[in-house]
Amino acid sequence: MNRLSWFNVVSLTLGFAFLYIPMVILVIFSFNESKLVTVWAGFSTKWYGEVIRNEAFLDAAWVTLRVAFFSATIATVLGTMAAYAMMRRGAFVGRTLFSGMIYAPLVMPEVITGLSLLLLFIAIGLDRGVLTIILAHTTFAMCYVSVVVSSRLVSFDNSLEEAALDLGCTRFQAFMSVTLPIIAPAVIAGWLLAFTLSLDDLVIASFTAGPSATTLPIKIFSSVRLGVSPEINALSTIIIGIVTVGVLVASVLSKRQIAQARRDEAMADQAEG
Amino acid sequence: MVNEAAFHPWDDPDATPLIRIEGVTKTFGDFTAIDDVSLSIYGQEFFALLGPSGCGKTTLMRMLAGFETPSAGRITIDGTDMAGVPPNKRAVNMMFQSYALFPHLSVWDNIAFGLKRDGLDRDLVGARVDEMLKLTQLGKLARRKPHQLSGGQRQRVALARAMAKGPKLLLLDEPLGALDKKLRQETQFELMDIQEKTGTTFVIVTHDQEEAMTVASRVAVMDQGRFMQVDTPDRIYEAPNSVYVADFIGDVNLVPARVRQLRDAVMLDWAEGKRFFAKPVGDLTVGQEVTLAIRPEKIAISREVPEEPNRVKGKILDIGYLGNLSTYHVELPEGPVIKCEVGNRSRLSRRDFSWDDEVWLSWSDTAGLVLSS
Amino acid sequence: MLRVFTAIPYVWLLVLFLVPFAIVAKISVSDYAISIPPYTPTLDFSEGWAGVNAFFAALDFENFTFLAEDELYWKAYLSSVQIAAIATFLTLSVGFPIAYGMARAPREWQPALLMLVILPFWTSFLIRVYAWIGILANEGFLNQFLMWLGVISEPLQILNTNWAVYIGIVYTYLPFMILPIYASLERMDPSLLEAAEDLGCSRTAAFWHVTWPLARPGVIAGCFLVFIPTVGEFVIPSLLGGSDTLMIGKVLWEEFFNNRDWPVASAVAIILLLILIIPIVLFQRHETKERERGA
Repeated sequence: MNRLSWFNVVSLTLGFAFLYIPMVILVIFSFNESKLVTVWAGFSTKWYGEVIRNEAFLDAAWVTLRVAFFSATIATVLGTMAAYAMMRRGAFVGRTLFSGMIYAPLVMPEVITGLSLLLLFIAIGLDRGVLTIILAHTTFAMCYVSVVVSSRLVSFDNSLEEAALDLGCTRFQAFMSVTLPIIAPAVIAGWLLAFTLSLDDLVIASFTAGPSATTLPIKIFSSVRLGVSPEINALSTIIIGIVTVGVLVASVLSKRQIAQARRDEAMADQAEG
Repeated sequence: MVNEAAFHPWDDPDATPLIRIEGVTKTFGDFTAIDDVSLSIYGQEFFALLGPSGCGKTTLMRMLAGFETPSAGRITIDGTDMAGVPPNKRAVNMMFQSYALFPHLSVWDNIAFGLKRDGLDRDLVGARVDEMLKLTQLGKLARRKPHQLSGGQRQRVALARAMAKGPKLLLLDEPLGALDKKLRQETQFELMDIQEKTGTTFVIVTHDQEEAMTVASRVAVMDQGRFMQVDTPDRIYEAPNSVYVADFIGDVNLVPARVRQLRDAVMLDWAEGKRFFAKPVGDLTVGQEVTLAIRPEKIAISREVPEEPNRVKGKILDIGYLGNLSTYHVELPEGPVIKCEVGNRSRLSRRDFSWDDEVWLSWSDTAGLVLSS
Repeated sequence: MLRVFTAIPYVWLLVLFLVPFAIVAKISVSDYAISIPPYTPTLDFSEGWAGVNAFFAALDFENFTFLAEDELYWKAYLSSVQIAAIATFLTLSVGFPIAYGMARAPREWQPALLMLVILPFWTSFLIRVYAWIGILANEGFLNQFLMWLGVISEPLQILNTNWAVYIGIVYTYLPFMILPIYASLERMDPSLLEAAEDLGCSRTAAFWHVTWPLARPGVIAGCFLVFIPTVGEFVIPSLLGGSDTLMIGKVLWEEFFNNRDWPVASAVAIILLLILIIPIVLFQRHETKERERGA
């Protein structure tokens, strides 16, 4: 399939332009002197200064990071356990319900998840705040983690675990010393996904956050409702920058690792010949 | 086998077997993988379970390792009933078909893995790992990771790791399946060497009959969850007890026939007015339908009428030149096509026989076997 | 150990996923009250069985009758499904050529192209929607550009219409459409097309007889992945849509936060869920079938 027709070239060009031009415009206008977002009035970084001085943004960012860190971490533990249990256990009572509950949150509209969790917190008298957001985010993020980890476990060579058992490990030791280190990249990917999902989430956080805790998306949403502002552009640019750098670094690192592994294998095969 | 002359515990009624498999059955749902089998394996044996895929050999091995539990029957190792003993509590180690080397650990750490589980002293672990590295000639590769090794090296690491704990019984699941033919042959002899040096009991699972014949002191030929024959390699080849075994091991000509007379040799009718003579296996009755089995290399081919009582005339249908051997497919006027193999002792400038030549085939009356099942 | 690994996430999901639904279901058959919490009845165990009986006696399907009678809700459900369906079709039309182009690109470019598709997915959803406000506004870049070209003389009203919602959905959900289609096209053996041409197909015929059937599982998966979440979408209609853009996610939000009518909001949620169960079950079946075929 290595012949690109003009049609392919055009659709790729237009497609990626469509994906990236809005972002580029957003970034460019974060450096605009004027308060008007759509009219260029000269280069300035003053909006970045505004963002950094805006305590409400900083507080919200701090809450968001804490929530994302804790919910991603708990979700990774629970999601990995769930994926492993589903993969290794045969039939057990309530298996269908269990797998249903793992997959359902992936397709559940956020408004419903948010509403139902809020009603639960009220019913049990739990004050809304950072804790309730963490609980809510953990619940839907663990499902994503479990999907990522399961897809790795599918290709996991079962005999590695059997070898560990054969050499004297208990099941738990085999999991900790063999399975976990090998599936670690998937677990880390799951954590990163859970972390970004939590950072991103507006709807569920809006339902489960109390007046004492506001996350960055909630803050951004309420100011965006009032219209565009260069300050939000600047804040968005910072977020886009961090994410882009993070994703690029991660992909370069993993690419290098793969390349190294290929070289090693090639050398090993040569040694034999 | 090097030690064959002296080593025959299975013929000694006083010998105590290391492993006793008694009336073991294993079912998975409706499917019966192992069907009521019994077997004794003796200490220091190199025992091969041989059969096509799906015959139950791997299931039987996994029951010895403790990954499967028998649905019925009993397995004892060294006198201890293994029921309920998990794999990590058995003095049995396994070399996996995929080798199952831990990709995140170095060769050294892979070999040390089982020893560390036993809570052995650091120095003892080190000493034992070094010993294993030496035994398998892996010394220089100790710091490498599995993906930096060639197929043959990985195979040796897997062996070293499984041997490290000094198990009473080592299970090898298709240990050489992933290697190419030449390397496989070399490694077969290495395996036998190591087995002999350490005196460990080996049970190997394989579908490769040549491999089983080369390495094993005894071979169990399996089919559909049962043992067809358990015997030494030479007996399996020279005295198969059934058509299945004869056909599975090596090449064989099978001619359906009927018993005509029973004396020292059996007289068989195989076509209208045509007779063969052969040695019987088991009880036969006159008039019984049987199969005559003759190995191709036991048949001579000639232009002149041979002396042997078993002789037939036919036409050459096909010639296969294999370098060391030539195979001739000879069609008899009565219908059957007989394969015959001749060693090429001297370089051929031209072939003795050619397509469509009329030739005589002959064999002694001890060459053929009469099989009733 | 496997028991523990099952039990902990199981209990977590029971408490934080299943129980909340039971509560939503229960409140949807309760009555609105000006109190805290703003619904009645509440279960009172202090009165023993009488309390439990009284509790069940007070439940009714009034809220559902209300939803059925009020035109607003009917229309909101219908228009959510309609907007989601149109947006899914548009996303497919934009996404397929991109996925197709990616699959035909030289092998060594493909990881980079894939990266370019996935990258926006990691960036905040909210920011990606926000970026379009400045573009689609009356004085926004799109109108400026079109007027500069001379295509139009007066700014088009795009922001706060359904068109803006479509654009927003296509933009944010595009990766969900491209990735499964690309995955099924990428697996395709290029010699299949050569074989088809060799056997007498034209390029176009080869596309319809070979490429399209092989891409179909990816297309179906992509459509479900876009359609299902879009039906309940809230952010896009509330930021890009107008006052006449009716979407049920927005209605639920307003019912809850602005009117504080929890019983009606719960009833809205229950019906939304019932509507979505059909495509969700279809999607699950499709995925299971594909997995079995792959295995």
